[in-house]
Amino acid sequence: MESLVYVALFAPFAGSLFASLFGMSERQIFVGIVASALLFISFLASVFLAANLFITGEVIQVTMMDWINAGDFNVSFGFVIDQISVTMMTVVTLVSTVVHIYAIGYMDHDKSFNRFFSYLSAFVFSMMVLVMSDNFLGLFIGWEGVGVCSWLLVGFWYHKPDQSREDNPSISPSWAANEAFIMNRIADLGMLVGIFILYWNTGSLKYDEVFAQLPYLADAVLVGAAIALFIGAMGKSAQFPLHTWLTDAMEGPTPVSALIHAATMVTAGVFLVIRANPLYAMPEVAGVSMFIAILGTFVAFYAASMALVERDLKRIIAYSTLSQLGYMFAAAGLGAYWIALFHLAAHAFFKALLFLGGGNVMHAMHDELDLFKMGDLKKKMRGTWIYMGIASVALAGLPFFAGFWSKDSIIETAFNEHTYILWIVLVITAGMTAFYSFRQVFLTFHGEDRHTPLGFHPHEMYKYVLIAMSPLAVLAFITGYFMDTYKAFIYQFNDSVQYEMSDHTHHLAPYLAALVVGISLSAIAYAYFKYARTGEKAWKRDEKVENGFFYKLLANQYYVPKFYEEFITKPYMMVSEKFWTEVDLKIVDATVDNIAKFFYNAGDKTRAMQTGNLSNYLNWMAVGGVILLVIAAISAMFV
Amino acid sequence: MIGLSHYLIISAILFSIGLVGVLRRRNLLMLFFATEVMLNAVNIAFAAISHYYNDLTGQMFAFFIIAIAASEVAVGLGILIVLYKKHGSLDLDDLASMRG
Repeated sequence: MESLVYVALFAPFAGSLFASLFGMSERQIFVGIVASALLFISFLASVFLAANLFITGEVIQVTMMDWINAGDFNVSFGFVIDQISVTMMTVVTLVSTVVHIYAIGYMDHDKSFNRFFSYLSAFVFSMMVLVMSDNFLGLFIGWEGVGVCSWLLVGFWYHKPDQSREDNPSISPSWAANEAFIMNRIADLGMLVGIFILYWNTGSLKYDEVFAQLPYLADAVLVGAAIALFIGAMGKSAQFPLHTWLTDAMEGPTPVSALIHAATMVTAGVFLVIRANPLYAMPEVAGVSMFIAILGTFVAFYAASMALVERDLKRIIAYSTLSQLGYMFAAAGLGAYWIALFHLAAHAFFKALLFLGGGNVMHAMHDELDLFKMGDLKKKMRGTWIYMGIASVALAGLPFFAGFWSKDSIIETAFNEHTYILWIVLVITAGMTAFYSFRQVFLTFHGEDRHTPLGFHPHEMYKYVLIAMSPLAVLAFITGYFMDTYKAFIYQFNDSVQYEMSDHTHHLAPYLAALVVGISLSAIAYAYFKYARTGEKAWKRDEKVENGFFYKLLANQYYVPKFYEEFITKPYMMVSEKFWTEVDLKIVDATVDNIAKFFYNAGDKTRAMQTGNLSNYLNWMAVGGVILLVIAAISAMFV
Repeated sequence: MIGLSHYLIISAILFSIGLVGVLRRRNLLMLFFATEVMLNAVNIAFAAISHYYNDLTGQMFAFFIIAIAASEVAVGLGILIVLYKKHGSLDLDDLASMRG
């Protein structure tokens, strides 16, 4: 078993190293194949570990080696395979394998094909370290590792020039990569503080040992640690107000968006809250948990509202990711950790599928992402149409699909906890989700053909890519039916992940579900009548609506990026410029320069002494002798 | 009565003459003579002080200096001859070739 753990962990790393050997050379197809195969091995190992855990219920804990031993401070490279980590491992490796195979087709024409696989596999390795570690420091290393890989991959096309915010809201890949990295750094500081607080008060970084001591800690310590750790989670999972980087990160290649910025990395924040569930379940930190739920609900609504008017295909999916992360946080904040984790897994499948479908459209349309330039693609891209349809149905939460079970449970949880305001907001958001996902589908695949007049000749993606996507489509459908099995599985973990609806909610559940489905269906119907019809009643752009206050507010993302630019970036730039010209150039640099100049000038002036005439030298020697004599005499007088 | 101070004054005068010679003379041979004068000024001081304290160490030291001065002159004159053969002159102003 132990060796399987290492196989699952290090196979992606081996793939990354292998691909990096060819990083600078021409595109080599076998690099992608080897990396994908190694990931598949990692996936098999994860599935095997999951099955083993499910059957035997034995949590595996391995310690690879000591890492830091300094005085009382001991950390080892330890990994734990329990119900939570194995769920993440399986989801991560499965989605990564599909995305790797997809990328072989998608990155076909890219010069840096090999480099791409090296980064992508390195990301999977970091993510595995993050989810498998049995201590907070290992988690932090993985956390930073995925941050770096995200930076590398968002900025993969770093050579693209900067554009103005009006032409491209994310400016350029390198700009977006830096934004993502810097925002995450801000949040990581919070997380590091949280880890310090826990270490100072418990003397350990291991999850077991830390959580065992929680009941003996002071309230302030618990609340402080919970808040600080959640700040870290907010950055990685792009919660308000640190959310702007996620939509801008869509500048990266689409497989990256699917894997990192939808299915896996951004869920690390949710994972952290679930992992630290003994902490967040303490009655002392109920306030923090409530805040998490409220913030999650707010973000779910906030992001969905921006998706309503967005025209960029990938950004819509990014907003929906934000919104679904909000749902997960809402569930986790309300104490339904396992439901949050289940939604995380289900979401990973259908969101990755949706993104990869979006990637197919983008590939076919030669990187054009404007929905208003598409329409009626379903004839030319039937496979992609079906996939994106399935994913959108799952996302909208229609019955029998994965999203229905997981998202509906979250909404039910909000009802069960008597947080009716959250419940109402989540229900409304579910309707908005259905609307924007089908607005996207209808604008892309149905309605008038708007792309042919613009000179686009889309073609379907390679067959093997479509086949590679099929596991996700199947999972987007069937995942929901394993909810009860999964519940039994995760209930073995500990008491605080267990969550049951009350009898009262149980009775009302069918009606609540029917209400949500009804709202979603009417939203889809509205989207259909507005966007999918052809001929006379075909959808046309409406200047009046687009210049309206709300439309403008939403299209500009509530002016939050603008606010950040005006009130943070620009003042910071001004201050930096002042410090550079006033302090750095005039004080620091000037001091160093003057020291150098002094010696140079002294040498330049005294050089004249070197006449080459021995007599002169002797004279100078005599002068020196006299000076020494005088000094000796003077000092003798004073002694 | 001639005392220690007379010797020391003589020594000082000789040393000063030697020093001025070293500083003012332009001919290398004359510089050698001047340094010899300075060395012997020191020898006089050594011998006088040694006698004054009834300690033979100083006089021994003077002997050593005489021996070293002799060998120094032997080596130095050898170099001077080579220099003269090469440049045809022993004037320091003509020998300045390493201007900084």
